[in-house]
Amino acid sequence: MPNSTAGAAHGKQTVNYSAYPDESGHFGPYGGKFVPETLMPALDELEEAYLRSRSDHDFQEELAYLQRTFVGRPTPLTYARRLSQHLGGAQIYLKREDLAHTGAHKINNALGQALLMKRKMGKTRIVAETGAGQHGVATATAAALLGMECVVYMGTVDMARQEPNVFRMRLLGTEVRPVESGSKTLKDAINEAIRDWVTNVRTTHYLLGSVLGPHPYPTMVRDFQSVIGREALSQMTESPDGPGRLPDAIVACVGGGSNAIGIFHPFLDHHEIRLIGVEAGGLGIDSGAHAARFADPKLGRLGILQGTKSFVLQDDDGQIALTHSISAGLDYASVGPEHAWLRDLGRSEYTFCTDDQAMQGFKLLCELEGIIPALESAHAIGHLLELAPQMDRDQIILVNLSGRGDKDLGAVNRVLASEKS
Amino acid sequence: MSAKTGLERINHTFAVARQERRAAFMPYHALGYPSRQVTIDAIAALADAGADLFEIGIPHSDPLADGPTVQTATHQALMQGTTVTACLEMVRELRDRGVTQPFCGMTYFNPLYRYGVERFVNDAAAAGLDGLIVPDLPPEEATELEQACRRAGLATVYMLAPTSTEERIRLVAGHATGFIYMVSVTGITGARSELPPDLAAFVRSVRRHTDLPLAVGFGISTGEQAAAVAAIADGVIVGSALVRAAGVDDDLATLKALAADLARGSHHPAA
Repeated sequence: MPNSTAGAAHGKQTVNYSAYPDESGHFGPYGGKFVPETLMPALDELEEAYLRSRSDHDFQEELAYLQRTFVGRPTPLTYARRLSQHLGGAQIYLKREDLAHTGAHKINNALGQALLMKRKMGKTRIVAETGAGQHGVATATAAALLGMECVVYMGTVDMARQEPNVFRMRLLGTEVRPVESGSKTLKDAINEAIRDWVTNVRTTHYLLGSVLGPHPYPTMVRDFQSVIGREALSQMTESPDGPGRLPDAIVACVGGGSNAIGIFHPFLDHHEIRLIGVEAGGLGIDSGAHAARFADPKLGRLGILQGTKSFVLQDDDGQIALTHSISAGLDYASVGPEHAWLRDLGRSEYTFCTDDQAMQGFKLLCELEGIIPALESAHAIGHLLELAPQMDRDQIILVNLSGRGDKDLGAVNRVLASEKS
Repeated sequence: MSAKTGLERINHTFAVARQERRAAFMPYHALGYPSRQVTIDAIAALADAGADLFEIGIPHSDPLADGPTVQTATHQALMQGTTVTACLEMVRELRDRGVTQPFCGMTYFNPLYRYGVERFVNDAAAAGLDGLIVPDLPPEEATELEQACRRAGLATVYMLAPTSTEERIRLVAGHATGFIYMVSVTGITGARSELPPDLAAFVRSVRRHTDLPLAVGFGISTGEQAAAVAAIADGVIVGSALVRAAGVDDDLATLKALAADLARGSHHPAA
C-alpha cells in the first residue's frame, strides 16, 4: 500500500486522518458540540448507537442490501469524453451520484440514519432540513421505505426555487413545513428543525443532511457518504471501464460538504491526489453575495453556528451573514468542520465558482455529455473550465457529480430567459 | 455599587430570598427591544416591580433555543442596530440609573466568541453584568469562558433539562456557579398554558446533587404559575410573556401589571 510512504514521498505532513475527530468530536480546533443542554443526552445516545452500528455485521449487511437493491449502488463511473476534448486538458471522469435513487448522493446518508433509528434507537419520528430539497426528498424516501413519520423544514425562498422537490416530498407522505424566518433558506430551516428536535427529542431524530452540526453528525454523515469514494477508488483502479489508475485531482462542490467529504475521504492517504472543494461564489466575492466561507477573509471567520465550530460567514458583531447562491444546496453560511481541518493540514484546497461560471458548467455538461446536472454539482463542473486546461492530457480528474438537475429546470429557465431579455 | 463580585451579588440575592422563604423573581428582557430607550425604561420598571435578578438578552441572528416571541423581539433589536457594544452600554446606563439587581447576560456563543471571550467577560463585568448564560455552550466547550469568568468574578450559569441524565446533572452541578437554570420542558422558550406535571420531580432529582439555587424557566407566564414554581424552586424565570407585554403599550402599563403579578407569585409560594 502506498499509504505509509505517500506522505513522505511528497513532502507533506503525514497525518493519521482516521484519528479524527477526537473523543470529544473535534477536528483540531473545529467541530465539537455546541447545543442546548436538552439535546446533549440525545447526542450521547446517538453517538453510542452509531458506534454500535459500525461494528454490527447485520446492520451493515442490511444497509448494503438497501444500497444495492433500493438506491442502485454502485453508481457508475462515466468517462466524459467530449467534455475532456472540449476543454483540451486532463481526462475527466464523473462519479454518477446523480443516478442514485432520488437523484443525488443525499440518499446514502438519509437511508443510513433512518435505518439506524429503526434498528438501534427505536425513534419513529424524523425531522430534517432541506435547502435544494434533495436531502428532504431523500429523507422523505427513507421514511416511506422504513415506515416512519417525517417532517421537513424548508425556507420559503428555497420552496419557490425548488418547487418540484416540495411536491415530491409531499407525494412521499412527508409534511413540508415552510420557514419564514431570517433569509428563508437552509440556515433558517436548520434552526426550525433543531427547535422541533429540542421539543420532541424523546421520540424524534434529527436527520441532519450534511457534515455539519454537533458531534457525532459530521463523522456519521461522512461515514455514510464515504461509500462514494470507496466505490470510485475501486472503479478508477480496478474496473475495465475506468482508467486503471488513481486520479490526479478530485473535484466536488461544497455546501456543508457531505458529497465532497464522501468522495475525498477514502483517498486521503493518497497524498499525491489533489482534493479540490468548490464553494458557491454567488455574484462574486467582492459583492458579499456568496456562500464562499474560505474565499472571503472579511466575512468568513472562525465561529460557531448550529452546533459546530468552523468557518462561518458573519459580520464584525458575530451575527450570521446572509448568503447567496444560485444553488440552494450550497447557500449556507458555514462549512463542515472536517473541511476546515483538512484545509489547515494542507490536504484539501478550496476554490469557488460564481453563479455565472456554474451556469457555464451546467450548459456544457448538458450539451457535451447529455447529462443535466444539479446546480450544486454544476459548480464542480464550472471549476473544470479553469482546471482541466491547465493539466496535461494524460492526467485525470475525478468529479463527484453529486446530483441531477431536474429540480433546477425552473430556476435555470428563469436565468436563461433573463439572459435573453 | 459594592465591591462584591458579580457571583457574590448573585449568591447574596438567593441567600436573602431563602432567608425570607420565598423565590427570586427573575425577569428576562431582550436588550434593544422594542427600542433602546424602552429597553432602559422596561428594565427599570421591572426593577421597581420587584425583580430580584435579571436575565439580560444580547440578541443573536440565529437564536435556536428561542420560540417565536423572543425570536421576533431579538430580530427587531438587531434590525435597529443593537450591537454587542451597544448592549454593554445599555447595561452601564441601567447601572447609572440606579438599577442594582444582579444581571445575568444571556447570549448565544458566536457573538461572544467573535468579540473575544476574555475581552467580552472583562467588558461585561466592567459594564455591570454579574453572570453569563450561554445556552449553546455546554460545560464541555466552556473551559475558556469559565476561566475568564472566574478571574472577573462572574457566575457561569448552566442549564439542565428534563432530559438530563444523572451523569449530566452531576457534570453541570460541578461547573455551574450562581445558580442552575432549570428548563421546565423539553422545548424552546415561550409562554405555555400549563406547567409540566413532572416539574417537582425534576427539581427534586437535581436537588439531590447540588445545593446551588435552582431557578425554573420556560413557559411561565402568570402569577399563579409563578407561585407554584416558587413552592418548589429558588427562582422563577419569566421571559416571553414579559417580552410580549413590553411591546403592548408606550407607558409600559401592561408590563408593569404583569410584573407585579409575577413578583407577587414568586414572593408568595403556593402552599
